[in-house]
Amino acid sequence: MSGDILIRADGLSVGFQIGKGMFNKQILKAVDGVTVEIEKGSFFGLVGESGSGKTTLGRALLKAVPITGGHARYDDGEVQYDLAELGGTELKDYRKRAQLIFQDPYAALSPRMTVRDIIAEPLEVMGLTSSRAETDEKVREIAAKCRLNLEHLRRFPHAFSGGQRQRISIARALVSDPKFVVADESVAALDVSIQADVLNLLKELQRDLGLTFMFISHDLSVVAHTCDHVAVMYLGRLVETAPTRTLFNAPKHPYTKALFSAIPSLDPDDRGKTQKLEGEIPSPTNQPSGCKFHTRCPHAVDRCKVEEPSLQHAEAEGHEVACHRWQELFEPA
Amino acid sequence: MSSLIDVENLTLQFKTDEGLITAVDNVSFSLKKGEVMGLVGESGSGKSVTAKALMHLNARNAVYSPESKITLHLDDREVDVLSLRKPSELQVVRGGAISMIFQEPMASFAPAITIGKQMVEQLMLHGDMSKAKAKEISVEMLDRVGISDAHKRFDQYAFELSGGMRQRAMIAMALSTQPKLLIADEPTTALDVTIQAQVIDLMKDLVNEFHMGIIFITHDLGVVAQTADKVSVMYLGELIEEGPVREVIRTPAHPYTQGLLSALPKLDDLDAPLTPVPGDIPSPLERPSGCVFHTRCSQVVGDQCMKALPERYDLDGNHSVSCHIYPKGARA
Repeated sequence: MSGDILIRADGLSVGFQIGKGMFNKQILKAVDGVTVEIEKGSFFGLVGESGSGKTTLGRALLKAVPITGGHARYDDGEVQYDLAELGGTELKDYRKRAQLIFQDPYAALSPRMTVRDIIAEPLEVMGLTSSRAETDEKVREIAAKCRLNLEHLRRFPHAFSGGQRQRISIARALVSDPKFVVADESVAALDVSIQADVLNLLKELQRDLGLTFMFISHDLSVVAHTCDHVAVMYLGRLVETAPTRTLFNAPKHPYTKALFSAIPSLDPDDRGKTQKLEGEIPSPTNQPSGCKFHTRCPHAVDRCKVEEPSLQHAEAEGHEVACHRWQELFEPA
Repeated sequence: MSSLIDVENLTLQFKTDEGLITAVDNVSFSLKKGEVMGLVGESGSGKSVTAKALMHLNARNAVYSPESKITLHLDDREVDVLSLRKPSELQVVRGGAISMIFQEPMASFAPAITIGKQMVEQLMLHGDMSKAKAKEISVEMLDRVGISDAHKRFDQYAFELSGGMRQRAMIAMALSTQPKLLIADEPTTALDVTIQAQVIDLMKDLVNEFHMGIIFITHDLGVVAQTADKVSVMYLGELIEEGPVREVIRTPAHPYTQGLLSALPKLDDLDAPLTPVPGDIPSPLERPSGCVFHTRCSQVVGDQCMKALPERYDLDGNHSVSCHIYPKGARA
């Protein structure tokens, strides 16, 4: 890996205004001061429960929702953009450099367009090709990489299974030759036997095309197998980030630990061994004070209720954790 | 222990404009009281259709073969489920002795009626009781499944609850009539892992407490390993393997079950490559001949896989498989 940083977010926040009228205006902070670096050519995983803000963070980095605080820089070696300020022609240019693969391949494809037209649409909309022949050439090229054949291109999406549809979505996202791709729960709707196939394809494309992926998922075992680096979010904050292996071998944050322990084990004799997390993720409009996790944390003390922990460097390279007590809790005695 | 429900030779087809589609083909199994069965399969494998058949709940275009028979054993009588016709007769399998929990709790509650009203309504339908008594039971049930402030929640609408809470309310509602059999169709799929763990725990407690049989439909083998006593694996409407949960998960016999397990990302070995089951699930309109799995199978043994439907073969201890790999006619 080159070690260059493709995206650097610094205190990035996304807030949505909810409620109408002058007096009950409220800001819902979906992403709250996230600082994160995504290395060029990496497969960056983002995990968390629903409501943790992972999708919003992904969209903010694509400039698909307005950034309301902080900064995010994009630098692919050719161009540099400040994502918070981005607009006009620069934004148009960024659109072809950063793409999104959706979760549901059934909803993402228009039933009235042929597969060829679906894949070609981004090229036509962004005016990236000058002739139909050139468009066809590009479509065929990316389709082949996504294991779709010429016969497939003439058909309509309804004729395809979930796995094939997801391959069509991937081809559509990659046809404009992007550098940065956000895959939002892209295998969540697929069956297990197909899921592995799509994950292998994404990895292969990342290597061959030199892409940088942000892989958003709630499935930790999928993330463990595909990503190089993982960030864990809770209520809009980053609570822990580390290289995959470090994180899975030695999680430092109580939330990460609880998440791992909640994955149902394949061993029937492991029943009852999981460490249960009580309660549910609080509503983002009514966030707890101090450490946002303290309402569910089995290790919370008084300090956690008042003071919000910031990300601190843990022992391993690239491992950061936001917890007041990580040292005493998970350090070998 | 005595049998709770027996399914024999269940074959179910749907009449569509494109012809007859076989959804379930000659499936037999039985469930005892207090037993938890995991029904595993991919989308289109016929697991939900099978479960709905137990409540005679499939759409009007469903055609059951004459050999299909589903018998529900109640304390005082036996019910031939597929012969039930009148709504008054069907009540016993629809919310009476059999209850169902669906995958998407938001879609299963009526949005414009309070949770409480829906609970009371079904209790009054199934049990002969006063409204006040029904309310008392409902609130008690909501409390039992871990919903705090049950009195307040009783008067709320489904959209006011979070996903995990909604699924708990769904469970409370399904159990308030004290069914003998609970069918849970992907009850935790829409939930986060932490909430999933809570719901699984809750369901396990309730089985012990109420001593009912559960059919747990899921595609998640981890969930099955943590909940079920026995597992049945379905593929394209065929029951291809069944057995006690330990045997099926540790020593899967069918190439499909083996494929499913190796396609699953495992946390204890991050270097293991993900091995997908090759190919896609065939469309039900193009049902393969012979063994339905042969188009994706890596262990095809010969012509018979393409031509003949494999017979059931019994391995050790209630573990059985339908595959040509195993010797023919050795049925114990």
